Amino acid sequence: MSFSNEQLERYSRHIILKEVGVKGQKKLLNSKVLIIGTGGLGAPAAMFLAAAGVGNIGLVDFDAVELSNLQRQIIHLTRDVGKPKVISGMETINEMNPDVEVTTYKEWVSSENISDIIKDKDYDFIIDGTDNFPAKFLINDACVLTQKPFSHAGIIRFQGQTMTYVPGQGPCYRCVFLNPPPPDAVPTCKQAGVLGVMGGIIGTIQATEAIKYILGVGELLTGQLLTYDSLKMEFRKIKLPHNKNCQVCGENPTIKTLIDYEQAVCELKQS
Amino acid sequence: MKIQANGKEVVLEKELTVKELLSFQKVEMQDYVTVQINDEFVNRDDFETLLVKDGDVVEFLYFMGGGCMAAERRLV
Repeated sequence: MSFSNEQLERYSRHIILKEVGVKGQKKLLNSKVLIIGTGGLGAPAAMFLAAAGVGNIGLVDFDAVELSNLQRQIIHLTRDVGKPKVISGMETINEMNPDVEVTTYKEWVSSENISDIIKDKDYDFIIDGTDNFPAKFLINDACVLTQKPFSHAGIIRFQGQTMTYVPGQGPCYRCVFLNPPPPDAVPTCKQAGVLGVMGGIIGTIQATEAIKYILGVGELLTGQLLTYDSLKMEFRKIKLPHNKNCQVCGENPTIKTLIDYEQAVCELKQS
Repeated sequence: MKIQANGKEVVLEKELTVKELLSFQKVEMQDYVTVQINDEFVNRDDFETLLVKDGDVVEFLYFMGGGCMAAERRLV
């Protein structure tokens, strides 16, 4: 594959970086990233990955764009209200960068379909942009069982956190958080609110991790939880050990098939 | 005695159990907090008995959702 003049110009600020170069840019164009949830986290992640020239982006979301999403989900525009998020997301990406091929999955992830979605294009890296714990544990377990790297993130109010899982290189999400909290025990953004830019900061860090993984440069957030407090404007990295008793990636794993956990009741009422 | 809790120095008059420290630090939703002392996870069963000692580095790790609903909605 050789670059067109337009591509050389489009990616010139990447190509000039010695850690990227022509070789790295080709890696990006040949890479495949799956983004689960095109909301607060997934929207900025998808846009920066598209701009960076990640050649294949998969978007998973069943929802349609709502007016209350637009305060933070910057991939969707006012005219997109009512449109499926994956379609709205694809349209934005297509306008941003014609080099990117978008695959849309207008469905909820569940134990039934998540492995098939990951295997559909044999994605290189997965971004968890979901807002709820059943999905977060499902994505974690699916990535551990299919041996795929992924970026976890969560945001609420003025705070965010993110970590990266790479098979064999440190803990998974379940090593740290053993099981999902019961439905309704931990508030969601819908209940507690979230500052719109939180998804921008943390989702962009997730995109950074995906790009670094594809390029094979730098240090990933493996074995580390990055926390961000926007009120104090404070980032912290907390070292995380691998949990040898982890139910899914430990020495004697007991979870060998995927689990659909229950959702919070309040979410159901509003669905 | 002094410990580090979430990166901040905390002065304690005496050794506290993990559970007592969670209350002292006004940690919300204690049932769902992961606690790490000196880079090791603390087993939840030990929260009421394990003492936090002088110089310990303690981290409270919280569940954080956010992002976007993308899992199947199931009846509870």
